[in-house]
Amino acid sequence: MPTVRIIARLDIKGPRVVKGIRFEGLRVVGDPNELAMNYYGQGADEIICIDTVASLYGRNSLKEIVGRAVREVFIPITVGGGIRSVDDARELLRIGADKIAVNTAAVNRPELITELAMAFGSQCVVVSIQAKRRSHGWEAYTDYGREHTGLDALEWAKRAEELGAGEILLSSVDMDGTGQGYDIELTRSVAEKAGIPVIASGGMGTPRHCLEAIRSKADAVAVASSIHHGKNGVNDIRAFLMNAGVSVRQWGQRSLS
Amino acid sequence: MGTEVIIIDYGRGNVASVAQAFERVGARASLASTPDKVMTADFLVLPGVGAFADGMAALKERGLDEALKEYSLTGRPFLGICLGMQVLFDKSEEFGNTPGLGLLPGRVAAIPREGEGRTRKVPHIGWSGINPADRRDWAGTILDGIVPGESVYFVHSYMALPDIDSCRVAESDYEGCLVTAAIQEGALAGCQFHPEKSGQTGLKIIQNFLGM
Repeated sequence: MPTVRIIARLDIKGPRVVKGIRFEGLRVVGDPNELAMNYYGQGADEIICIDTVASLYGRNSLKEIVGRAVREVFIPITVGGGIRSVDDARELLRIGADKIAVNTAAVNRPELITELAMAFGSQCVVVSIQAKRRSHGWEAYTDYGREHTGLDALEWAKRAEELGAGEILLSSVDMDGTGQGYDIELTRSVAEKAGIPVIASGGMGTPRHCLEAIRSKADAVAVASSIHHGKNGVNDIRAFLMNAGVSVRQWGQRSLS
Repeated sequence: MGTEVIIIDYGRGNVASVAQAFERVGARASLASTPDKVMTADFLVLPGVGAFADGMAALKERGLDEALKEYSLTGRPFLGICLGMQVLFDKSEEFGNTPGLGLLPGRVAAIPREGEGRTRKVPHIGWSGINPADRRDWAGTILDGIVPGESVYFVHSYMALPDIDSCRVAESDYEGCLVTAAIQEGALAGCQFHPEKSGQTGLKIIQNFLGM
């Protein structure tokens, strides 16, 4: 089994990290750079910053946050929210982002995925899918879980891969912020068919939930509420997974920050 | 104090992150995109993200390919990262055959999606442990002080296949596929992984490079 990643997810609104339940009722959690530093020190394998309202407000604070984070945090940083073009992506990569996550713009114009992959390589392109259960399967949503697309989430994931995505950030709108565990069926349905890594996101409440997602073929787990509220540290999650026999990052006796 | 490092900026690398990592360990990092500046370097870093052919074209466009070959002859320290390591070799099989800088004999080929009875996800994204290739001793290399098995961050779809084993310093087992993780021949070194994104382990490797 390849090494599984534990990813700290920061949902950003203006200059702050926010978190809600099922993508609604967003509350301020704290300062993005302080939190990024904190999770880096706890041994997070990666940071994902998603601008929750990028399509509504200016983007300057996101750029500032990323620019500061790369001076302090020496792990990969994925940035998403409101990226509409190769030029938007180039600017964020230039500042120091390692990967770009797209959702709304890719649904509106799927060729964007190919354009980004051609310009920066597939490894740079994360397609973010916000999936909500419906009577049969799941529907992909855009605009931070607000807008219907009519797209079947599983088919969209497959299509995104064909178009050149290097990774899928798979968020369950239903489980997000609930602490009740990832949507295991969703995770398995997408990850089993995907030839690219899948990050399970939404619902983590205990380290056991991470293990369930990994056993359902997730290549990485994103955690947010649980670590924001101090319920679990990234290090606790890692220790739990290691004890369960999951392959995680090793750093020997080296200090983490 | 503060060793000066020149980072090649040819529009294909995460230069900001690489520069920050060097500054973190006390170096002064500056970016260069012209051949004349390359030759003034005491320590040179070639980062790189993306496709091989596109990366080589971007180097050629700026006349940097010849400058990098000339620099390597000086015997001063030279570190290639990710695509920057791959272009040190003769050629790549990415989209047909593309010649590289040819500073090391060997080629670059796709990570096989299937093999050794397993199916692999490509790109290989994530943290993997590195181990000495051919029981190579890491003392005196860029991996000096790294504990075999320590994890570093990889993001790649292609891998280097050197013709000579002696330049392979470390390898990493990706689902049964042994990927060349680090190379070194004298002052010419390379990492397939991203030391600038590999936490404190990566910063130690960067520090080792500066000690060359």
